[in-house]
Amino acid sequence: MTQIVSTNEFVIKFANVNGSGSASANQMFAKGIFRSGVPVSPKNIFPSNIQGLPTWFEVRISEKGYLGRTEGVDIAVAMNPQSYNEDLREINSGGYLIYDSSWKRDFERTDINIIEIPLTKLCVEEFSNPKTRLLFKNIVYVGALSYLLGMDKEIYETLIAEQFKGKGKLIAPNIKALNIGYDYASENLKGSCEIKVNKSEKTKGMILTSGNDASGLGCVYGGATVCAWYPITPSTSLAEAFTDYCEKLRIEEETNKNKYAVIQAEDELAAIGMAIGANWNGARAFTATSGPGISLMNEFLGLAYFAEVPLVVFDIQRGGPSTGMPTRTQQSDVLSCAYASHGDTKHVLLIPSNPKECFEFAAEAFDLADRIQTPIIILSDLDLGMNDWSCPEFEWDDSKTYDRGKVLHAKDLEEIENFGRYLDVDGDGIPYRTYPGAHSEKGAYFTRGTSHDEYARYTEDGVVNARNLSRLLKKYQTASDMVPGPIFNQETNSSPLGVIYFGSTEASMQEALDKLHEEGIVLDAMRIRAFPFNLEVWEFIEDHDLLFIVEQNRDGQMRTLVMAEGGIIPDKLVSILCFDGQPITADFISNKMSSHITGSPSKSASGGK
Amino acid sequence: MCAGCGHDSISAAILEACFQLNISAHRVAKLSGIGCSSKAPAYFLNQAHGFNSVHGRMPSVATGANLANHELMYLGISGDGDTASIGIGQFVHAARRQLNVVYIVENNGTYGLTKGQFSATNDLESKSKYGEDNLFPPIDLAAMAIQLGASFVARSFSGDKNQLIPLLKASMKHKGFSFLDVISPCVAFNNHSTSTKSYDYIREHNESVSETDFVPLGKEITASYDEGESVQVPLHDGSLISLEKLSKDFDPSNKSSSLAKINKAEEEGKVLTGLLYINTEAKDLKEILNVVDKPLNQLNEKDLCPGTKKLKEINKDLS
Repeated sequence: MTQIVSTNEFVIKFANVNGSGSASANQMFAKGIFRSGVPVSPKNIFPSNIQGLPTWFEVRISEKGYLGRTEGVDIAVAMNPQSYNEDLREINSGGYLIYDSSWKRDFERTDINIIEIPLTKLCVEEFSNPKTRLLFKNIVYVGALSYLLGMDKEIYETLIAEQFKGKGKLIAPNIKALNIGYDYASENLKGSCEIKVNKSEKTKGMILTSGNDASGLGCVYGGATVCAWYPITPSTSLAEAFTDYCEKLRIEEETNKNKYAVIQAEDELAAIGMAIGANWNGARAFTATSGPGISLMNEFLGLAYFAEVPLVVFDIQRGGPSTGMPTRTQQSDVLSCAYASHGDTKHVLLIPSNPKECFEFAAEAFDLADRIQTPIIILSDLDLGMNDWSCPEFEWDDSKTYDRGKVLHAKDLEEIENFGRYLDVDGDGIPYRTYPGAHSEKGAYFTRGTSHDEYARYTEDGVVNARNLSRLLKKYQTASDMVPGPIFNQETNSSPLGVIYFGSTEASMQEALDKLHEEGIVLDAMRIRAFPFNLEVWEFIEDHDLLFIVEQNRDGQMRTLVMAEGGIIPDKLVSILCFDGQPITADFISNKMSSHITGSPSKSASGGK
Repeated sequence: MCAGCGHDSISAAILEACFQLNISAHRVAKLSGIGCSSKAPAYFLNQAHGFNSVHGRMPSVATGANLANHELMYLGISGDGDTASIGIGQFVHAARRQLNVVYIVENNGTYGLTKGQFSATNDLESKSKYGEDNLFPPIDLAAMAIQLGASFVARSFSGDKNQLIPLLKASMKHKGFSFLDVISPCVAFNNHSTSTKSYDYIREHNESVSETDFVPLGKEITASYDEGESVQVPLHDGSLISLEKLSKDFDPSNKSSSLAKINKAEEEGKVLTGLLYINTEAKDLKEILNVVDKPLNQLNEKDLCPGTKKLKEINKDLS
């Protein structure tokens, strides 16, 4: 029997039953690897269900820092008989299957290594409460794995102590469960696994966190005081993270009152309406949603665009169309966000790729919204938002002040003869605004979604309306210089071929480029981080004869945006599209690009892509 | 507005109420949805900021605005189409959240701006200007507001200044969700002889629960009435609402009594007006959410940004 031999580069996948308490044990397992100094990317693959259906937790461990999803599993921890067949199929030849051998069974595959651990029996012997037995089974396999992978068991003991801080009674039984697994493995399974985790220093200066958690924290740092939201997967954890951080960081000491307000609205329409009302009145406010919510928010997005009210909206994209795949990932709201709402509308999009950028873009979005006086939509996705990532630590500059944009206060108004809410005083398309109540005689205006002149008065004069629409376009051009520019994977371009990517695809991109490089294919790569596109984006496109655009949607929406906004000829832009709801892999990207370049058939074995 | 439109009278009454209460226009924010009623705020208190939002969504915009700065007075101007149909969900939730707003429905029973379709407050027996029968029963927004937990609910008539102005003044001083259902005839589409929202019909069928007077803080109450006929309700700032000639079977601080009275009037084909319900004990949204007293829109980075030191601790927790 061959055994996969690997150190610090492998994929382990846990198959569990939803609602069995496996998630926290699996997360602890991943955190233990991270604490060992090896970068990890755990992915929770879960059903749209609360209890009973299969759920998976896939952890890629990579000292090289390749953290995108990859096909194939090196170690499967199969805890769910319901999904044995599926789980078995995914294991790479020479890989390992760990299962609960309290009920022994034969598996069809002969090219893999079966590791038997009688988890249920071990728990029955040691724990009396049936519910506790079920929960501790998860900790027992973590203990066994720590032995099999040659890890420092103490890391897990520390993690248990941290996790149950304040619930002291739970520490001892959890450590007991950990040791049951560890001891069983050391006594019975010596030499049965050749995949190891060796201590490294690669996670120094890094954190393990999710995009939604980071975004929620970014909103706190960016000065958001009002959050209005409606529960929808996969955005819910963003609003919850904001709330949790506020409870810790935003309480007024003297009064114990909140320097924030969070409202769970009655629907997405109300959620965005509240955020608009608060921003109109000078507080920084946001909402978080997913595709179906964006559809519902369209009318209000148009109002905020046309009435020029600052606004921050997070769209944590999931599989569409319609209700789609609520618990799977996609990047399929690019167009519906860029042009949300009827009439001529265009919105500013920020597209983070990792939690650190989620934090930074969230904070930055409030400055941008105030400066440009328009909705800023942050396009994240389920993979980035809900899964934990090894990423660089958050940073903040204490000298930073909030840029509230062009706001006239009482003193400013005193000095002004002629206030017009929509007058283009500075020639950049961005007018001056006032907060309600600012001055007793000056600065009041009537905000409206109907056509209006420079003084916010209703007009049906088509020329005046066209003038206003043109100014909005000018403002949009101004915005292209304010938003984050693209990131290039190379210092100077060296190939006639380019690749454009964005968002969570970053995790698989460098690996794909490295694979292509091994084949002798060199490409220049650019990661788009915002819309409207700035000059650097257009120059990169100009500088290359052929460009791939890698996207996690069916229709090549970013490609459409590039073509429409830049008049780029379609033949120049080749789509690489993954839309099966699973995060895109490096193999998928490199195989598709390689076959297009060399003309050989795709090596990708994955169906449905 | 059309000549004779009830909405103009309501605007005048709002203006008069603000004047009598010494409320500066710039400390008022006027918010509305879409429709004839929602256009009205463009024509009064021009030193106040206004926000003509989208159809039926004024309550959410008002909620956000109020959370940003609780120190302004929020006037929500809506219509029966805007509130009873497209915006009924937002109306319901703003009321149950006790949003501190004066929410006025200028109720004419018809879609005026789109030329006379029935609205959801139109009575079953009412006919349209074109002679069509209304097939569905009306929604009584005032009764609904009481059930939803609104802490101030009144009904009035645009043509009855003497009743409307004191009610408006009281609602402006009340803390919490103040709802006023103001019947406001549409002269263009719903003022004909077969309409139940016409000037003539309302004048004939109006039954007032009490004569309302608003007594500002510090003013002596001079008139006296027999016991059981007069009630003084103190508001948060110490001013009073004086309800005179109160009918004996009615207690405006009791939900069941209010709802029973409304239902009985409806059975008798009457339109019950006056202060229908009041609860001065209810907390408003800001208090429920335990929000700081300094308006959120006045907090700056010093108040809001936890800074590098805290971030380092957070980094440590995440590593």
